[in-house]
Amino acid sequence: MEIEKKFGVYLCKGCGIAEAINFESLHKVIKKSGKIQHIKEADILCSPEGRALILEDLKPEGEGINCIVVAACSPRVKYEEFDFPNVLVERCNIREQVAWTQEPNNEHTQALAEDYLRMACARIKKAEMPEPYQSECDKTILVIGGGTAGLSAALQAANNGYQVVLVEKEAQLGGFAARMYRQTPSSYPYTTLQEPVVFKMIQEVQNHPKIKVMTAATLEKLDGQPGLFDADITVGGDMETLRVGSVVLAAGWKPYDATKLVNLGYGLSKDVITNIEMEEMAKAGKIVRPSDGKAPESVAFIQCAGSRDPDHLPYCSDFCCTASLKQALYVRESNPNAIAYILYKDIRTPGQTELFYKQVQSDPGVMLTKAEIAEVALGEGGKLRIHATDTLLGANVIFEADLVVLATGMVPATADEAVLNLGYRQGPNLPDLELFSGFADSNFICFPYETRRTGIFAAGCVHQPMNMALATEDGVGAACKAIQAAEHVAAGMAVSPRAWDITFPDPFMQRCTSCKRCTEECPFGAIEEDEKGTPFFKINRCRRCATCMGACPERIVSFKDFSVDQIGSMLKSLDVPEIEDEDDPLAPLRVIGLVCENDAYPALDAAGLHKLRLNPMIRFISLRCLGSFNMVWVSDAFSRGVDGIILLGCKHGDDYQCHFAKGSELCEYRMSKLSETLDKLGLESDRVIQYQIGHSDFDLLPKLIDDFVARVREIGPNPFKEL
Amino acid sequence: MNADNKILVIGGGMSGLTAALEAAEAGSQVIITEAGPYLGGRVAQLHRYFPKLCPPTCGLEINFRRIKENPNISFYTMAEVTQVSGSAGNFDVTIKVQPRYVNDRCVACHACAEACTQWRVNDFNYGLDKTKAAYLPYDMAFPQQYVIDKSACSGDCGQKCLEACAYDAIELHMTPQTLNFNVGAVIMASGWELYDATKMDNLGFGVVANVITNMQMERLAASNGPTGGQILRPSDQQVPKKVAFVQCAGSRDENHLPYCSYICCMASLKQATYVREKAPEAEVYIFYIDIRTPGRYEQFYWKVRDDENVHLIRGKVAKITQEPGTDNVVVVAENTATGDKQSMVFDMVVLAAGMVPSTKASPFPLPLSYTPDGFVIQDLLPPGVYAVGTLKGPLDVTKSVQDGTGAALKSLIALGRRS
Repeated sequence: MEIEKKFGVYLCKGCGIAEAINFESLHKVIKKSGKIQHIKEADILCSPEGRALILEDLKPEGEGINCIVVAACSPRVKYEEFDFPNVLVERCNIREQVAWTQEPNNEHTQALAEDYLRMACARIKKAEMPEPYQSECDKTILVIGGGTAGLSAALQAANNGYQVVLVEKEAQLGGFAARMYRQTPSSYPYTTLQEPVVFKMIQEVQNHPKIKVMTAATLEKLDGQPGLFDADITVGGDMETLRVGSVVLAAGWKPYDATKLVNLGYGLSKDVITNIEMEEMAKAGKIVRPSDGKAPESVAFIQCAGSRDPDHLPYCSDFCCTASLKQALYVRESNPNAIAYILYKDIRTPGQTELFYKQVQSDPGVMLTKAEIAEVALGEGGKLRIHATDTLLGANVIFEADLVVLATGMVPATADEAVLNLGYRQGPNLPDLELFSGFADSNFICFPYETRRTGIFAAGCVHQPMNMALATEDGVGAACKAIQAAEHVAAGMAVSPRAWDITFPDPFMQRCTSCKRCTEECPFGAIEEDEKGTPFFKINRCRRCATCMGACPERIVSFKDFSVDQIGSMLKSLDVPEIEDEDDPLAPLRVIGLVCENDAYPALDAAGLHKLRLNPMIRFISLRCLGSFNMVWVSDAFSRGVDGIILLGCKHGDDYQCHFAKGSELCEYRMSKLSETLDKLGLESDRVIQYQIGHSDFDLLPKLIDDFVARVREIGPNPFKEL
Repeated sequence: MNADNKILVIGGGMSGLTAALEAAEAGSQVIITEAGPYLGGRVAQLHRYFPKLCPPTCGLEINFRRIKENPNISFYTMAEVTQVSGSAGNFDVTIKVQPRYVNDRCVACHACAEACTQWRVNDFNYGLDKTKAAYLPYDMAFPQQYVIDKSACSGDCGQKCLEACAYDAIELHMTPQTLNFNVGAVIMASGWELYDATKMDNLGFGVVANVITNMQMERLAASNGPTGGQILRPSDQQVPKKVAFVQCAGSRDENHLPYCSYICCMASLKQATYVREKAPEAEVYIFYIDIRTPGRYEQFYWKVRDDENVHLIRGKVAKITQEPGTDNVVVVAENTATGDKQSMVFDMVVLAAGMVPSTKASPFPLPLSYTPDGFVIQDLLPPGVYAVGTLKGPLDVTKSVQDGTGAALKSLIALGRRS
């Protein structure tokens, strides 16, 4: 049902705004250019009195205003004061971006404020009240992997009332945890080894009425989208398709292939074993030399066997130091006369695990030294000779041991298998795996469960190298995210980072040319294509970054409150004065700043708070993400007579900061194609530039913008200005 | 789930914010209490995160937006939980809110601070500078609302800021408020404090002017810090060209903190990049026992190690003194690889001070079990009460966030107990 839109503009005179801007001429601009006749002013618009003024106008029996422009401070502040249910609110930031960063009461400042009002009026006229996208939705949680992380995810999700399907590829649940003899202590006083807790978890999972356990099962394919995933699972040759809402990926790890560690003696002698083989031997009840079955008198543990090595694993596997400390205790328990050597690069027992390290260190039969291992060779009498360099005992030391244990590291299941087997056009794997050395990790420190496949959350050692205690907790966290994803889809809302957003891309398909740019560029693989090659959206995969909107040359993708047309209208609304004297250093150039709303925009606000002067020729427009930058805006702006465009977005590359992963990078890519377009128009390509600006870079902004404006001034005014 | 049933999150730092947001976005009502005047906690004071070297305020921006957009969350700053009784599904909690003396009519116009005549030590910048008694905690503070530190006021000087405020935002007679809530679950997320570096007599902090802590280094490097982002040593505001980092300053030491504080190796490696970025000719020395860069952090370690101006020396620092007649600092360290005692002179020394759980100084108002170091023992927590992040043991930001997310789900389950 279409409700008639009734507009009002509310101007705040507080915070120095009235002292910097002439309100009388502002009124004229709003009425004439903005085409909104209902205008009110308040001394302090955010005060209860100011709010009352607005509320009065919103009454249906009164003015019945339902679309308001609040010309006051940044939308980042006073958000509660200007939040009115069922009212479209457009915040026009004339405090931070005008009053606090410009010289008061001069023509440039006035022109700037007027342009901001023109753009705000244009923006709200092109916005619609959003309504959530509703679809049928299943909230079952699929957990892939039945080790510690998967078991804990399954249990906690089920305990919160959700149906769970747990898929384990082995015949038994438990993963590596079930193959352990003892666990390293996970609780104070961190001194005694624990019985593995995994068996209790297995029992609880198997007895839980809400958990369907599938062992010896393989996920052949995961198709669909959050709320509507279809998982093809085979057990013993029979395939079953299950509908699930979201996924916890807890597929675990495997030990690094020790046969690749030739210099460490694996394969040279049966008495060189891995830490996993040691664990199994301890669990079987007897620690012996595999070659002759005798109890070893001396056991050497070689740390970082594969880990922390650019030729093998370019990361630390996290668990191996504590595992060897633990296994040294096995050796001592099994034969109190035996000596255990631990040869390490650095002992890594972070946090309170340090207390366990101290405990083991106090055992006179455990000897620890830093060492680089040159070679493990056969010695006399069946012993192994370990050539170590750079030790605490000397530069070159030879250790003799009856048994050598290689502390091999972990390789995540995702490193070389397509565990998820996604039925996505963009491929069966999680993107970015290479960036994370094969782990299904996130690139976000603050949002460690966020990946580029919506509704799929990794936990445990497939996620990051971690120990068992952390993996257990990680499973719970991933389960929480999975539940949330299902609930948000059910409510028609986006998931993180725009977890509140109920808008969604709504393409006008009649004009689609099937160019497939959107399907290729979507960072989240949300756009598929049908048999004819026509794209279609899997909305529940969408994170609302609007990269598709930026990608589309036909400009057909729109959100209710954000569209190509909307930004284009804002650009067209600008007043672009003629330039009478090109040599006048204050001749009124017009430069547009398109800025990321999460990082560059707050940095601009901070510049305002610090009362830094910003160049008066620039007008900023906030975008959800630079990924939404559509090249047509360049034509819109230049044909309006704008002289230059600056884009401020997040850092990209391996350490990307863009919260939509690819937005700022894709924008830069589009920029690289832009020079052709500009060449055709006879315009210089350096009239458009993109910078990477971080959230805390407020201090860099004044110079960066001044320099760009100066460059544009050098190039000269836009020749289309006169047309 | 009982819709009226709420979760209380104590602490508005990264792990508390995460727990609160994750629970709220999964459908629960959440109340956050934060002892300080702003949300964001310790991470707001960091210049960059390791290993990406990205600004922590970027993630906070998203989290604050999530709070702004979510009607399920309410928060109280300058608030402490003074009493808790009851059990899972039904806790009665009392919250004491200290007066801010500035109400929410504040527009952050700065007029009060301009009029203010009194100064206070800036705790946000770890004492490296001062603010007026009427102050904004930091530029990106959320909520963006000034505070008056009454303990720094003198006589009736308050009249000056009262008169300066055009927004009726100053309330000098504000009194502490007591609020009572019934909640189903409690998440403790009150974070950590930096170990008091003056306790290590041999390391010279507080005596030798150019010995600072790692958290002070964060503030020196930050563009919103006391030096506008220039790394200057305290004694003469000169750019230090030779900087030493002393690892395990308190940590892994039976006389101080017997545990490893988890983040200090990565923090010092990160800070080495600050020094190198700001003064390209500068030399950095890192004295360490073991370099602990678990998991994929290893690659960051390699990157810093490969910088030829960064020198890693395996050795425990025995003594730090002032070089007679200069502002420089003498570091005596034992090189454990060679056994030699080494004495070197630096322009500035950074102590990689460790992490102390906030519960060490202020235990939770319910009888709980703690380790001798003040950490909460998770296995012994009563049902319905959860501790997250660094309250249970030293952790980094990412792992604290993972933990906070898990705690959100556990507390949601606890809410179900009532029905």
